Amino acid sequence: MNTLTQIRFVWKPLVFALCLSPAILVVTDAFEVTGDLGANPVEAIQDRFGIWGLRFIMITLLVTPLRQITGRSWLARFRRMLGLFAFFYALMHFLTWLLLDQGLLMSAIAEDITTRPFITLGFAAFLVLIAMAGTSTNGIRRRMGRHWQQLHYGIYLVGILGVWHFWWQVKLDTSEPALYAAILAALLGYRLFRSMENRGRRAGVRAPSRRAPRRGRQPDVTAPAPEYD
Amino acid sequence: MLIRKPPEFRASEITSETNYLNRRRFMRDGAVAAGALLAGSAYGAILPANPQANLADISGSEYSTSEEPNSFEDISTYNNYYEFGTGKADPSRNAQEFETRPWTIEVSGHAELTGTFDLDDVAKPHRLEERIYRMRCVEAWSMVIPWVGIPLADVIRRFRPTSNAKYVAFETLYDPQRMPGQRSRVLDWPYREGLTIAEATHPLTILAVGLYGKVLPSANGAPIRLVVPWKYGFKGIKGIVGMRFIETQPATSWQMAAPHEYGFYANVNPNVDHPRWSQARERRIGAGLFAAKQPTLMFNGYGEQIAHLYEDLDLRRNF
Repeated sequence: MNTLTQIRFVWKPLVFALCLSPAILVVTDAFEVTGDLGANPVEAIQDRFGIWGLRFIMITLLVTPLRQITGRSWLARFRRMLGLFAFFYALMHFLTWLLLDQGLLMSAIAEDITTRPFITLGFAAFLVLIAMAGTSTNGIRRRMGRHWQQLHYGIYLVGILGVWHFWWQVKLDTSEPALYAAILAALLGYRLFRSMENRGRRAGVRAPSRRAPRRGRQPDVTAPAPEYD
Repeated sequence: MLIRKPPEFRASEITSETNYLNRRRFMRDGAVAAGALLAGSAYGAILPANPQANLADISGSEYSTSEEPNSFEDISTYNNYYEFGTGKADPSRNAQEFETRPWTIEVSGHAELTGTFDLDDVAKPHRLEERIYRMRCVEAWSMVIPWVGIPLADVIRRFRPTSNAKYVAFETLYDPQRMPGQRSRVLDWPYREGLTIAEATHPLTILAVGLYGKVLPSANGAPIRLVVPWKYGFKGIKGIVGMRFIETQPATSWQMAAPHEYGFYANVNPNVDHPRWSQARERRIGAGLFAAKQPTLMFNGYGEQIAHLYEDLDLRRNF
């Protein structure tokens, strides 16, 4: 089996099953097979889907830095699936809120989205995720051309809105949202640093002494290689 | 020889001798109160230390709701008690070993009787009552809880607060060794709460010492906590060690932490939303996964009894 076949038929199904396991655990906990959801199961379900949505946004954002640092280009093949899992958990989080928490009471839903800032933020993040998930097939990506990349930079926005949504939702103890904010800052900071570094290198003639020539697995920055992240 | 009335003094100035004398008076008064309350019965509220122990001689109350109470498990495993952690399940795990004896309550401020009193002396003269109350959390969930307690008004009466006592301030134990949540600075410890004297002496207000006819679980604030059923749950301060009669409105923990979100009064009010979420409806714990939220009642449904307390108060500003 060559590497591509191995990824497609062994690793992808394995990673898929792993990514799905938090959702399966919610179901088995609901039936008290693996644990329980406590006194407030609606809240527990909503919180667990929400936190896994945020975790998958972080995991998806980790793929490119990991690929660039380790040079393992096959990592990029998991990025779409991870991103779609972020969407899946956000969708489940949203549906739990819509159906179980609000009971489809449209007036309350509209009021929450328009007047509760943390819900507005979460809903905005979800809309961007819908747009990205809806354009994730190869065909659409081809047809959209460079607009596809522009749209999918939206993941940065989703990360910021998601952490913000979490931060404003907690009553007082912001230690957990702060942890996610720190992770997001590192993931976005890495990209900012790298793009500044690349820009500096393109303008290399102006400041040659500031940057020692890089060797090894650095991509050729003179060619505008597509960076889909 | 002219014998002058001793000046009022602060709790910190009280010598052990006055403390002793006060205690004697307090117990004598208590015995009188118990006699009156129980019409000859020799014993009042006996509070065993063992958390599993049954409480004896509990009378019913006209203030109890006929709604179905939540399960003991729900009530004792889903708690906000940051002294034992900020997660809802933390208190039931981290408070299990919490020792509630010996336990004293320091009474101070504008009252004729002040000093440090043993919990049993505070509770003993009073008859235990079961009070099945709705409990509405500021987080928009609610329960029905069969508390066992004593009316705070009866306890306060024995300390004989003076006319300067406009408010009662309460404090929770501060002991990071025993309360691991206090090792983090999430709130400014110790937890503080307060009521106006009219609220504190209202017959609905109780000091709870039990749940479901048993000694109060530590996760719910053992050995003694406040229950004010028309206010959001955070007003119900747990593990009380201090009670102070004061003239001005005391600072309270949640108000100190986020003054735009939590007020001193904290009356349940479906018309005044929390800045970040609606208070119009509430999720009744135990109603099931597919149950709809129910409308929140003004003053948590206790308006008939207590609305007169707030006739001249702008409830939107004094949230």
